[in-house]
Amino acid sequence: MAVISRADFERGRTRRKWTGRVFHGLCLLSVAIALGMLAVLLLYLLIQGATRIDWGFLTSFASRHPDQAGIKAGMLGSIYVVMVAGVVAFTLGVATALYLEEYAARSKFARIAKINIANLAGVPSIVYGMLGLEIFVRNLSMGKSVLAGGFTLALLVLPIVIVAASEAVRAVPPSLREGSYALGATRWQVVWHMVIPQAFPGIMTGVILAVSRAIGETAPLIAMGALTYVPFTPDSPFSQFTVLPIQIFNWTSKSQEGFQEAAAAGIIVLLAILLVMNVGAVFLRNRFQKEWEG
Amino acid sequence: MLPERAIAALLFFCSFLSILITVGIVAVLLFEAITFFGEVSFIDFITGTRWTPLFSSKQFGVLALVAGTTLTAVLAMVVALPLGLFSAIYLSEYAPDPVRRTIKPILEILAGIPTVVYGYFALLFVTPILRGISEDISVFNALSAAIVMGLMILPMVSSLSEDAMRSVPKTLRDGAYALGSTKMEVSIFVVVPAALSGIVSAFILAVSRAIGETMIVTIAAGQNPNFTLNPFVPIETMTAYIVQVSQGDTETGSIEFKTIFAVALLLFVITLVMNLLSQYVVGRFREEYE
Repeated sequence: MAVISRADFERGRTRRKWTGRVFHGLCLLSVAIALGMLAVLLLYLLIQGATRIDWGFLTSFASRHPDQAGIKAGMLGSIYVVMVAGVVAFTLGVATALYLEEYAARSKFARIAKINIANLAGVPSIVYGMLGLEIFVRNLSMGKSVLAGGFTLALLVLPIVIVAASEAVRAVPPSLREGSYALGATRWQVVWHMVIPQAFPGIMTGVILAVSRAIGETAPLIAMGALTYVPFTPDSPFSQFTVLPIQIFNWTSKSQEGFQEAAAAGIIVLLAILLVMNVGAVFLRNRFQKEWEG
Repeated sequence: MLPERAIAALLFFCSFLSILITVGIVAVLLFEAITFFGEVSFIDFITGTRWTPLFSSKQFGVLALVAGTTLTAVLAMVVALPLGLFSAIYLSEYAPDPVRRTIKPILEILAGIPTVVYGYFALLFVTPILRGISEDISVFNALSAAIVMGLMILPMVSSLSEDAMRSVPKTLRDGAYALGSTKMEVSIFVVVPAALSGIVSAFILAVSRAIGETMIVTIAAGQNPNFTLNPFVPIETMTAYIVQVSQGDTETGSIEFKTIFAVALLLFVITLVMNLLSQYVVGRFREEYE
């Protein structure tokens, strides 16, 4: 048996204590770097773009002159496209979640569907754009319209809604269902009067997260063929459009002085919209949790 | 009762649509890719290193794009892997609960920022700094895009790894402490190995995300399909190529147009394999306690 002297033991312990401290420092440093980069990113954007934001910027169309360029077309386009995407993803997502959790739970179909949904969530977003181009724009002859863009983004964010809605539905206590069944309710009556109202805040949280993902997407809409320069606001679901992220992308790639400030200003507006939506989601989630406790 | 059945049928139809999406993606990509491979040899496509479909002398060696994608994804992981793992260890093992509950959502903001914003940051903030350090670095380069991409996927690594580490039972840690381990020894020799399946699956998911990422590389890494692993020169990734063609006025039905479906099919297959691998790792190598 090896015996170590007291001095060796003390030395070893001191060394281990110090490596531990260095390691702790390294872990802290990693978090600090990540948070620091986030702060630098946000500060840089504010410095670059904050002075550029005014009423004219929000209400003007894109322009060849950087100081006159605005985000009206992109902003309205984003709102319309995301509204279509939100409504479609909400409807399909909730229906899917209800079927998989309430009607076909533990069936082979549900298992396959869930694996499929997990994989859909990992498909690169640009691939959805190409799907949208082939199916909606070309085969269903929607053209490069608001409707086609909305449907494309709806498919992209559908897995987010399905996963969130499934979790919300699963969290509804079985006792509620059993009580209703005992009173003679049909399955749909249970779902409609018990499950959906109870799961609603959770579902809406998922929809908000999905919509905030959709509103920042650029690549799928470019692949789908959305325009980059749009001097008009979409007046119907079949109208052509651009969105705020595409407008930002377009300005970022311009070397001409002034457009980069416009891009930064556009980014600030985009991030502000996202912030508001996420605060809404957090608010809903908190209410959701309190209801269960109370 | 009819309405009950009709509703069930309607709900089934909606959930069936989610499977149709996968079928649709595969069908669309395969359909256009097959006509593409009718004109271009698959072997040339998959082994060639020169990619010039938009020039008059056309070469279809996709490895030039694959090299760009690999380069940016690997460099992004070099950034995200250590930072994400150390952050996860900090959050799971060191941080007091209130600190953890504050920092974790803040870190996750990084994952919610639109990628076009990161592209802007890479091109206009990170690249000028890199060029200040070395004059060999071009305006468009893989390094800048990869650093920023690493920042973007960092919360994915840290959050998923931290979830895995926190699900390691406390008794395992207590056992190691009872034997005289320091906190670092517990973290590295007990917690990380016990949570390894979750950590590895998080890494694989992050790589898959990096491979499919589009806007950062399109904006900051360039549109030059160089078959190189030099991070200082302009390159082009598979995703950036698809954007380049989509933005141009390529005629639908032309061979140039069909290339993006062949590239997208390859991209889809690569990310699908990685996602399945990630799920397999979690399921297969999960250490079950309790």
